[in-house]
Amino acid sequence: MTTAMTEGVLRPEEPHFIVPGAARTAALLLGVLVLAGCASGPQAHPDDPLEPYNRSMTRFNDAVDAAVLKPVATAYQQATPAPVRTGVSNFFSNLGDAWSFVNNTLQLRAEGALSSFFRVGINTLMGLGGVLDVASEMGLERHKQDFGLTLGRWGMPPGPYLVLPVLGPSTVRDTLALPVDMRGNPVRHVDPIPARNSLYALRVVDTRANLLRAGEVLDGAALDKYSFTRDVFLQVRSQRAADAAGRGRAPGSDDGRLPPEPQE
Amino acid sequence: MMNRRFLGRAVASLAAVWALAVTGAVHAADEAPDVMVQRLSTEVLDALRADKSVKAGDLDKVIVLVDKTIMPNVNFRRMTAAAVGPGWRKASPEQQKRLQDEFKTLLVRTYAGALAQVSDQTINVKPLRASPEDKDVLVRTEVRGRGDPIQLDYWLEKTPGQGTGWKIYNLNVLGAWLVETYRSQFAREINAKGIDGLIDALAARNQSNAKG
Repeated sequence: MTTAMTEGVLRPEEPHFIVPGAARTAALLLGVLVLAGCASGPQAHPDDPLEPYNRSMTRFNDAVDAAVLKPVATAYQQATPAPVRTGVSNFFSNLGDAWSFVNNTLQLRAEGALSSFFRVGINTLMGLGGVLDVASEMGLERHKQDFGLTLGRWGMPPGPYLVLPVLGPSTVRDTLALPVDMRGNPVRHVDPIPARNSLYALRVVDTRANLLRAGEVLDGAALDKYSFTRDVFLQVRSQRAADAAGRGRAPGSDDGRLPPEPQE
Repeated sequence: MMNRRFLGRAVASLAAVWALAVTGAVHAADEAPDVMVQRLSTEVLDALRADKSVKAGDLDKVIVLVDKTIMPNVNFRRMTAAAVGPGWRKASPEQQKRLQDEFKTLLVRTYAGALAQVSDQTINVKPLRASPEDKDVLVRTEVRGRGDPIQLDYWLEKTPGQGTGWKIYNLNVLGAWLVETYRSQFAREINAKGIDGLIDALAARNQSNAKG
């Protein structure tokens, strides 16, 4: 239905801006959750046993977003011309392509790996360090991958839905993969620390600004925004994992086919 | 002699072309589902690009466009019935009508909101994998523009009778099916407050959307 709308909710692979030590934090968080046990209400969703925790974390994230992220992203969008913002997005996507190359390789996906390899080469050399997306103009498609999908490719199930502080929707598997994904982000290896932190901040603002209008559409579409976001996120993520495992989009698949219209 | 033979051939090929054109016309009445999706997408995108007030953010104009171009090609009853689930059969005809109307308002507005953000996109319809006797067909498309292509797939049904064409009854954005997503939204409301509770929730959502 909406294009940007879902694009909006679904950026699980964007969260590379946490500080080091996040691995420990993630492990700690998971531990706490396991100790807390699996709370389940009357309408428990099979993939969301942690719903009470997830809902309160979502409220926290929404508050942070309303107070900080959204106003900053809005100001950024108003202050910078569109070509500059596109350049910034392209720059970070190019860094993401480098990590996609590694994960496509780990998944033994030759086409994705080759395409990512040439995308990074072309965009870095001919696209002013990734600011211009020359490779897409040339018809080289992006094959986005992350370590969570690599784990999925080799058989690890996604596990329960998990809302992370500030980062938002994820799953237990993707949370475990997060420290690896963060190491795979070249920004992490930028040397003067102030420069690195500025890049992290710009990346957060860029990501959030790209989702501004999508967020508006989403707000209007849901009856219960929490479960709407969760259901869309899990569906999209599981299709991407199925694609990564090479079993998605089978011809003759009946996904989405509905029962015939009921007769009066 | 040569001339006469040539003439004969010319007449024969003219006849063949004519026959082809006639059968072509018959086929056009029964447009293929992927051709229909391509045509509708192009119509809507062209109309959006041609209209300056849309670019200025006039959502009502887009809503009118969606109502006029897309909605006649959607089987909204099948969509609503599937999203409501088992509760649909228990609902009275009056309740069914209200559900359908409110859900339609919600979806048209959401769809229009997404369309209003479209600028330089094109729709790329992928090759159809279906046999001619299929009554349900999946049409896969891709929205191409700036950034990554966006997956957009449609299920269509053949409406009974010759030349009546196809109707859309479900769609998938980036891997999420619309009806499945709303089925769990609806189930929450129905479990808590019944069918009337769902109607009220939809109506409330639509009212707050209309206020902007």
